Amino acid sequence: MNIGVCVKMTANADARIKINGDATGVDMAGIKVVVSDYDEYAVEEAIRTKEKHGGEVVSFTVGDKSNDKLIRSGALALGVDRSIIISDDDAKAAGALGVAKVLTAALQKNLEGCDILFTGKASIDDGSAQVGAMMAELLGWAQVTKVLSLEIDGTTFKATRQMDAGVRQVVTGTLPVVITCEDGLNTPRYAKLPNIMKAKRKPLAQISVADLGLDAAGVAPKASTLRYELPPTRPAGRIIDGDAATAAKELVRLLRDEAKVI
Amino acid sequence: MSGILVFAEHADGAFKSTATELIGKAAELATALGTTVTAAVLGDAPAADLGAAGAAKVYQAAGDFAAYDTGATTDALAAIIREAQPDIVLATASFAASDAFPRLAARFDSGMASECTNLTIEEGKLVGRRPMFSGKCFGSVTVSSSPALFTVRPNSFTQPASTGGAADVVAVAWEATSAALTVVETLATDSAGIDLTTADKVVSGGRSLKSVENFDKVIRSLASTMGAGVGASRAASDAGYCSHSEQVGQTGQMVNPSLYIAAGISGAIQHLAGMRTSKVIVAINKDADAPIFEHATYGIVADLFEVLPAIDAEIRALG
Ligand SMILES: Cc1cc2nc3c(=O)[nH]c(=O)nc-3n(C[C@H](O)[C@H](O)[C@H](O)COP(=O)(O)OP(=O)(O)OC[C@H]3O[C@@H](n4cnc5c(N)ncnc54)[C@H](O)[C@@H]3O)c2cc1C
Ligand SMILES: Nc1ncnc2c1ncn2[C@@H]1O[C@H](COP(=O)(O)O)[C@@H](O)[C@H]1O
Repeated sequence: MNIGVCVKMTANADARIKINGDATGVDMAGIKVVVSDYDEYAVEEAIRTKEKHGGEVVSFTVGDKSNDKLIRSGALALGVDRSIIISDDDAKAAGALGVAKVLTAALQKNLEGCDILFTGKASIDDGSAQVGAMMAELLGWAQVTKVLSLEIDGTTFKATRQMDAGVRQVVTGTLPVVITCEDGLNTPRYAKLPNIMKAKRKPLAQISVADLGLDAAGVAPKASTLRYELPPTRPAGRIIDGDAATAAKELVRLLRDEAKVI
Repeated sequence: MSGILVFAEHADGAFKSTATELIGKAAELATALGTTVTAAVLGDAPAADLGAAGAAKVYQAAGDFAAYDTGATTDALAAIIREAQPDIVLATASFAASDAFPRLAARFDSGMASECTNLTIEEGKLVGRRPMFSGKCFGSVTVSSSPALFTVRPNSFTQPASTGGAADVVAVAWEATSAALTVVETLATDSAGIDLTTADKVVSGGRSLKSVENFDKVIRSLASTMGAGVGASRAASDAGYCSHSEQVGQTGQMVNPSLYIAAGISGAIQHLAGMRTSKVIVAINKDADAPIFEHATYGIVADLFEVLPAIDAEIRALG
C-alpha cells in the first residue's frame, strides 16, 4: 500500500504574531518555522500505516526551498521514504485551492498506486481546513475529516471522526481515501539519532509547478486576504484584589454594572 | 448568477438557530448588495418556514440526510447550486459544512473563506473576517470566483426578527455520484444542557479542578446558577473531569459568548483559539503570571475553590 502525506511548514504555535507595515501579511522575521501541529499526526499515522501494511510513504510540501532541512528532520528522519517540495513562486502564490491542485498533481505524478493520503485537519497558520477535502474531490476519493482513530483492513478502512458538540462517529469505506488528522489520533514519535543521519541520504526532490504540467493561471488564488490585522486590543484587564468574598462581590458588581453581562 | 444561498441545517424536524441567524445576516447583506436570499435544505424539514427569517425561496433536495455523508451532502448541494446559480454561498462552520464546502469549492473551481466571525461589504464585494494563527490575527478575505463560499462561526450575528412570510419551496433533483461511507455507530455526547457554541455565558474549568466531584461542585454549580454553558480545557477533559464535548479550543468547541469565565486555566494558545473572541473574559488563577490574565477583562489572583463558591453565593443573593 502506498501512502501520501502532506506536510506544511508554519510559524510555531506559540509565535508572537506581528503584521507587516502595509498590513498585507504577517511579518515572519524571527519566527521559528516548524511542521504544522496537525501534520505531525499525519506523518506519524502515515508511518504507522506503512509499518503495518507495507509500501512506501512519500511526503508533499508546497513551501520554501529552505524547507528541506525541516522535511529531513520532521518527516524523513521519522520514517518517510521520499519527499517532494514544490517551492517556486507560482506555488507560493497559490491559495488553498491552488495548493490542493499542486499537491494533487504532485501525488498523481510521483506516487503510483497511492491508497491513502494523510493531511492535518487544519494548518495552524491559515487554519482554513480546506486543502485535504479539496484534494479528495480533485482525486475523486472518499474523505474522512477530523479523524481520531483509524484501522485499515485490506481494501477497507474504519475511522472515528470528531463531529459537532463532541459527537463522534465511526464510519467505514473503501480505499482510496483522504484522512485529515485530529489531535488525539496518535502520539508522534521523536527522531532517533541514527535515523537523522540516514535521513540525509533519503531522496528529496525540489520541483516547480511547471514540472507538474500546471501553470500560474491554473493555480492562481480564488480567495485573497486583502489585509491582516491584530485582534482589537482589549483594554488592560483589571485585577480585583481582596479576600475571596470581597473579590467575588466586586467582580459580580463589575459584571452587572460595568460590563452589563449578567 | 445572482443572490446569496444559505445552507440551512436542521435536526429533529426544526432548523438550527445557526441557520436562521445566518439567513438573517444574509438578508441584511442582500439588501446592501441589491440581491435576494435563498436557502438550501437537505432532507425532510419545514422549508417554507425559512421565509420568516428572510429567505425568499428555498431549494430542497429530498433524501435521507439524517446520518451525515460527505458524498451525498456535496452532490445534493452541488445540484442546488447549479439550479440556484448563486454568487455567494454561506453556511455555519458546522462539521457538515466544514467537511463538504471545500469539496464544493474544488468542484466549482471557486474560492472559499472558512470560519469567518464577521461578514461585511466593501466596494460591492463580500468580505469575510476570519481568525488566523489560532486567533492571534485576523484576515479580511474576498473571493474572486463564483460561487464564493463562506463558512461562519456560530453566534457571530444576532437572530433576525421574524417577518412572518412563507418561502416558496423548489424541489431539486440530485444524483449520488461521490464515494459514500457507511456510518457504523454514532457516539453521542454525554453532555446535557446548554449548547456551548451558541451559549451567551460560559464557565470553564481546567486541570486544577483535579476531580469530577470538584468539577461538578464548583464549575457546574456556578454555571447552573448563571444559566451558563460548561466548558473545559483539554487538560480537564483528557483527565476525565468532564465530557470531551465540553473542551474549548482549537481541538474542541469554538465559543463566542458575551461572558467567559476561565477558572484554573493557564491560557495556552490552543485554548485561547477557542474563546478569545468572547466579549468579557474573567480569569481566576492562583498564578499572577498565568498567560490567561493578558486576555482577561477582569482577573482574580486566588484559589478558585474559594472564589467560585463566593461568586456563586453573590449571584444567588442578587436573586
Ligand atoms: C495540537 C494541540 C491541540 C490542543 N488543543 C487544545 C484545545 O482544544 N483546548 C485546550 O484547552 N487545550 C488544547 N491543547 C493543550 C494546551 O496546550 C494546554 O496543555 C491546555 O490547555 C492546558 O490546560 P490547563 O490550562 O487546564 O492546564 P495547565 O496549563 O496545567 O494550567 C493549570 C492552571 O491552573 C492554575 N491553578 C492550579 N490550581 C489552582 C487553584 N486552586 N486555583 C486557581 N488556579 C489554579 C495554575 O496556576 C495553572 O495556570 C492542545 C495542545 C496541542 C499540542
Ligand atoms: N502548503 C502546503 N504544503 C503541504 N501541505 C499542505 C499545505 N497547505 C495545506 N496542506 C495540508 O492540508 C492541511 C490543511 O491545511 P489548511 O487547509 O491550510 O488548513 C494541512 O494540515 C496540510 O496537511
